[in-house]
Amino acid sequence: MHIPDGYLSPSTCVTLYAAAAPFWFAALKKVKRLLHTRLVPLISLFAAFSFVLMMFNIPLPGGTTGHAAGIGVATVILGPWASILAISVALTIQAIFFGDGGITAIGANCFNIAVVGSLVAYACYRLAAGRSPLESRRRVFAAGFAGYAAINAAALVTAIEFGIQPIFFQDASGAPLYAPYPLHIAVPAMMLGHLTIAGFAEMFVSAGIVAYLQRTDLALLKLTAPEVADPAEAISAIETRGAFESTRALWVTLALLMILTPLGIFAVGTAWGEWGPSDFADPEVREQIAASSLNQAPPAGVPAGMERFASIWTAPIPDYAPPFLKSERLGYALSALLGVGLVILTLQLAGWVATRAST
Amino acid sequence: MTFEKTARRLVLTMENGFYDEELANTPGLLQQLDPRCKIVGFLGLTVAASWAHRAATLAALTVLAAVLIAGSRIPLRAIALRVWLPVLAVSGALVFPAIFLTPGDRLWTLPLLGWATTQQGVQAAVRLLWRVEAATTFSALLVLTTPWMHVLKGLRVLRIPIVAVVLLSMTYRYIFLLVRTAREMFEARESRRAGKFQRREARRIAAATAGVLLSKTMQLGEEVYFAMRSRGYQGEVYLLETFRMRSVDWAAAVVMLSAASAALWLG
Repeated sequence: MHIPDGYLSPSTCVTLYAAAAPFWFAALKKVKRLLHTRLVPLISLFAAFSFVLMMFNIPLPGGTTGHAAGIGVATVILGPWASILAISVALTIQAIFFGDGGITAIGANCFNIAVVGSLVAYACYRLAAGRSPLESRRRVFAAGFAGYAAINAAALVTAIEFGIQPIFFQDASGAPLYAPYPLHIAVPAMMLGHLTIAGFAEMFVSAGIVAYLQRTDLALLKLTAPEVADPAEAISAIETRGAFESTRALWVTLALLMILTPLGIFAVGTAWGEWGPSDFADPEVREQIAASSLNQAPPAGVPAGMERFASIWTAPIPDYAPPFLKSERLGYALSALLGVGLVILTLQLAGWVATRAST
Repeated sequence: MTFEKTARRLVLTMENGFYDEELANTPGLLQQLDPRCKIVGFLGLTVAASWAHRAATLAALTVLAAVLIAGSRIPLRAIALRVWLPVLAVSGALVFPAIFLTPGDRLWTLPLLGWATTQQGVQAAVRLLWRVEAATTFSALLVLTTPWMHVLKGLRVLRIPIVAVVLLSMTYRYIFLLVRTAREMFEARESRRAGKFQRREARRIAAATAGVLLSKTMQLGEEVYFAMRSRGYQGEVYLLETFRMRSVDWAAAVVMLSAASAALWLG
């Protein structure tokens, strides 16, 4: 995917240098603010690692082998901005000293692989990993998906850059001046290799390294999962800030849900399967039961088992409507308050018993 | 075997690096010049070769490259193996179908297959291949005749920020350390292998090796950081620039830039 010298027109090269420059500038500022004095050693070492990783032969299903670019790994561990820097440095070294990618195409290669690749990898990883714990399998799949999507996004952008060359740059006889294939050839040709070989290599490396880090060095995955709390840190936060402060959001949500409980009154029809013996005698309710049961008419009488067991326990607040309240809505809200209170009380009691038993 | 291939590739990278350093220290026309004049000159020539489209311009640039190779006593075998043949193989394979796929005036038809080549297709393929060979030769001449650390330090002449130059220099330095570490890891694994790995197992081992290398890299990063701090590093980076431009360097820069400008003008 590394574009050599001579494949892109001067204007494309200059445009892509200009497109990559703001990302380099922004990345340098952001990473400097984040890492302070660690910027130089960390980015340099990671760039060197990415360079070496690109030389690894990854065995792929089907008997072939492929090489990863390291975009997925760099983004998952360093975040998108530091990844842009590290991958750009690795690409520049490759171009200058190893002839892998052209000098005039450094801007294009950095834009495609480092900028587009890192940003796509980050978006995919965050989207797929969500708020899952650092050690979850979901993060392994998310890293694999991020690597696969990143390398293919970079390949697609590269193919488009190749594909527009013959459209805009031809000599007097109509011969292409730079990359010769138009979009309808460049895009499928480029994507075929990346959707299969290169994409899978990047996917296996990204997923494999994240799986390895989950077992050995979980802390390295924390930078791109700021919303996932370390279990030890969470306990210490509760201890230092107090249980209420730490769980304030949960309490507010619970209160909101209690206030909204009367919303159920507006629902039409009957709750399927929640019928009482008296419902079988009410013609209106019988119709509702039939309508919600694919027009299957309910039995003519109350089922014997239901009649027998229904009398075992009579709820103190049937249908969430305390008999002393006229307002149905207020009855729902009060029932919710009472129910939540009873659950909390039960849990507190259970916690107290468990604590006493352990001491 | 995949691991052997990876180890071989890592060894080859190290060997090429050492060979380039050795070559850069032998006496020759380009080796004696200031790195900054070579950076500016070869950058100009690479740009000119990358964007040239007349056969005469490419021919003139090729002659210039040949003169520089001969004057710098660079073995043809070295440059052929490192530049010409790999470019021919990769770019050649890439542009070959263009001679059939590019629409234009029919030249001749392949017997049996009946595929028609076009004049425009052949012209585009030859021009692209020639251009890539010329441009890659010029950029290779810079690194074959200049110690790599001098190339990196010399980049300041292009007004590249110091922090970028330091990042590139440190990366370059640690690439060789990590290449050696990775090679040793693969060799250690190979020396203990009995029988063949299943592909799935081989893939898992490759990922685990990369993971171990990553852990080592991060650990090394911390050690390097503390070593830098112990030497007084506070986030500001400086470069010692001991290069001195002599009249011969100025003359060489003027010649190379003039050739590049002429090539760009001719197109």
